[in-house]
Amino acid sequence: MESVAKQKLLALNGDEAVAYAAKQSDVDVAAAYPVTPQTIIVERFSEYVANGEVDTEFVCVESEHSAMTACITASATGARTFTATAAPGLALMHEMLYVASGCRAPVVMTVVNRALSAPINIHCDHSDSMSERDSGWIQIYAENSQEAYDSMIQAFRIAENPEILLPVMVCLDGFTLSHALENVHVLSDDIAKKFVGTRQFPRVTAHEGKDASFRLDPENPISIGPIAFPNYYFEIKRQQEEAMKNAPKIIQQVHEEYAQISGRHYGNGLLDAYCLEDAEIAIICLGSTAGTVKTVVNELRAEGVKAGLLRIRSFRPLPVEGIVKALEKVRAVAVMDRSLSFGGHGGPVFHEVHHALYDTPVHPYIVNYIYGLGGRDTSPSHIRKIYEDLQGILQTQRVEDPVRYVRLRG
Amino acid sequence: MFSEWKFTAKDIAEKADLFMSGHRACAGCAAATVMRLVLKAVRGPIIATSATGCMEVVSSIYPYTSWATPWIHTAFENVAANASGIEAALKILKKKGRIKQQRIDVIAFAGDGGTYDIGIQALSGAVERGHDFLYVLYDNEAYMNTGIQRSGGTPHGASTTTSPAGTVIPGKVQYKKPIADIMVAHDMPYVATASPHYWRDLITKARKGIEVDGPAFLHTFAPCPRGWRSDPSKSIEISRIAVETCIFPLWEAINGEYQLSAPSKVIALRPERKKPVREYLKMQGRFRHLFTPKFEKIIDEIQQLTDKRWQRLLKKCGIV
Ligand SMILES: Cc1ncc(C[n+]2csc(CCOP(=O)(O)OP(=O)(O)O)c2C)c(N)n1
Ligand code: SF4
Ligand SMILES: [Mg+2]
Repeated sequence: MESVAKQKLLALNGDEAVAYAAKQSDVDVAAAYPVTPQTIIVERFSEYVANGEVDTEFVCVESEHSAMTACITASATGARTFTATAAPGLALMHEMLYVASGCRAPVVMTVVNRALSAPINIHCDHSDSMSERDSGWIQIYAENSQEAYDSMIQAFRIAENPEILLPVMVCLDGFTLSHALENVHVLSDDIAKKFVGTRQFPRVTAHEGKDASFRLDPENPISIGPIAFPNYYFEIKRQQEEAMKNAPKIIQQVHEEYAQISGRHYGNGLLDAYCLEDAEIAIICLGSTAGTVKTVVNELRAEGVKAGLLRIRSFRPLPVEGIVKALEKVRAVAVMDRSLSFGGHGGPVFHEVHHALYDTPVHPYIVNYIYGLGGRDTSPSHIRKIYEDLQGILQTQRVEDPVRYVRLRG
Repeated sequence: MFSEWKFTAKDIAEKADLFMSGHRACAGCAAATVMRLVLKAVRGPIIATSATGCMEVVSSIYPYTSWATPWIHTAFENVAANASGIEAALKILKKKGRIKQQRIDVIAFAGDGGTYDIGIQALSGAVERGHDFLYVLYDNEAYMNTGIQRSGGTPHGASTTTSPAGTVIPGKVQYKKPIADIMVAHDMPYVATASPHYWRDLITKARKGIEVDGPAFLHTFAPCPRGWRSDPSKSIEISRIAVETCIFPLWEAINGEYQLSAPSKVIALRPERKKPVREYLKMQGRFRHLFTPKFEKIIDEIQQLTDKRWQRLLKKCGIV
């Protein structure tokens, strides 16, 4: 077992922390296009390239569609690939996200969460990445810049694991994290590089039945991205789901291994619980909001209220069993959604948590709070109000209106 | 700039196919011939990539493949971005010593839809960035894979399923976009046009496009019996008459300098050899409606347009 390595403390904003992690991950090809609030990542990375600090081919593409495309084909050629984007860019990539997972290209992408137009808005919400939750990508949501940095380094290991071979999206909240300075512990270049390692390729059956490594190699030609009719398509998609099923185990392993060199844990890597063991009321959320929620939990605990928090770190794959187990003793739960599923009775996180509990004996009162769309600030007082609502629900023993909105005009 | 590669018909016949038979293209498909000829021009290992379209679909029906070389398809509008990613990866992996081969060339294939229309952004971007790859446009002048819809490469007067010849509108009203000239305007090192009847010229140009450092664009003419409503046995003949009528002249632009290729140069020097467009049009059902009194004047328009573009080309080639 390795001991915790010595680390430097740098003042970095979330975007810089991500760029720093990418710099240390021996990325072969990066292809990206600037979009607020991700821009700093592309700029910093360009500087690393300009100063010879990375051994990376940087393809400064003409669109996000091409960014994702170039990452897919570079990945298929054998390169470790990285890109970053935010709402409009992610939406433009939509078609290619499915191609990336379908081609089993282990691309790593940072999504700096931003609202989708219209009206155009550059601030944070989760509409962009939530719209891609079915695209076959692993999705990890970071609470702070430190976690964004750590998750990036872990992401390459997860994506490239032969049992997974799926693209990974590391999500961090726009501006709240991307543009806020934080003290970030960084590994030394050597240790980071060693942790990430070099890419390994699984063996596949190639042209004329030959055995080949899964990459575009003239010595053993394979065809990637063919047309598959109804007689095969379904199995290929099912294999992707199998890979997703393998992911929780690998995400946890990589997280644990990383914890040993960094000294940092984020729950078990899938779920991060805070004061939940004996909690009667709890909030479930993703991303930076968890920081605010923790502050309020601390206050409430000091007042003798049994409040807790469950932060979902891995939204894809969704740790269903872990969620059920975590909520076993909780009597009332508020699920916070920073996006809307129009016409769908609440937000996506609410849907999924609700669904996870349905077939189990674990049935706390459950209520959905849609919050922070387009960057609207959610402060401790708003979170406190949610916990008070949960207390009210426990008193009245009923949920009047299951889908509610935080801090919304009339 | 270019090697002195010489080849005989026998050399070509004996050279292994990278685009193998067994694909599902229609009988008489000239695009499939173009693919095969281009791949006869390789100088060593390559990675190929295709845009969605007929040639992709006919060659990769899972679990079969016609590609005896590494090949990838991702989508319709982005084959130049496919090539960008492959080329960038090869460059860095070679630098890091992670691939054995001295050199691997990259060739991208797309139809007219994937080039003139939906793919032009990715193409323009890749060329501006200067990736070292050969882009091959096989121009069958419509979206054939999806059922013969018009594209920016469909010629004036052609009937397609989205520009049908009706009682009022005589097929496609707009004109064919001069795509190869647009590519020359990118200041790229090599642009050429080629037609499969002139197979030696086509292979030579493909080889030049492969050899040149930086991006190369090869615009090939690809008669499609299915979409052109033409006799499958006449595809190669049509590809000759297109050149003889100056509908599809053959030229190359090396570092922006235009020069006519032999089959078109002959016509420039002996204008009496230039055939009327009628001869070309009459071989194809997609122009059938033009041979009616109501729409006949469109044939004159096509002739005038062809002459105008030919004169413009001659000027660019310094022949006036
Ligand atoms: C984004 C997108 N839009 C539309 C299509 C449908 N589509 C597939 S191939 C094709 C036409 C291809 O035309 P072309 O590039 O000329 O190639 P051809 O089939 O003629 O060989 C179209 C419209 C698609 N696959 N993707
Ligand atoms: S429709 Fe045309 S281009 Fe497509 S395979 Fe048939 S002949 Fe070839
Ligand atoms: Mg076409």
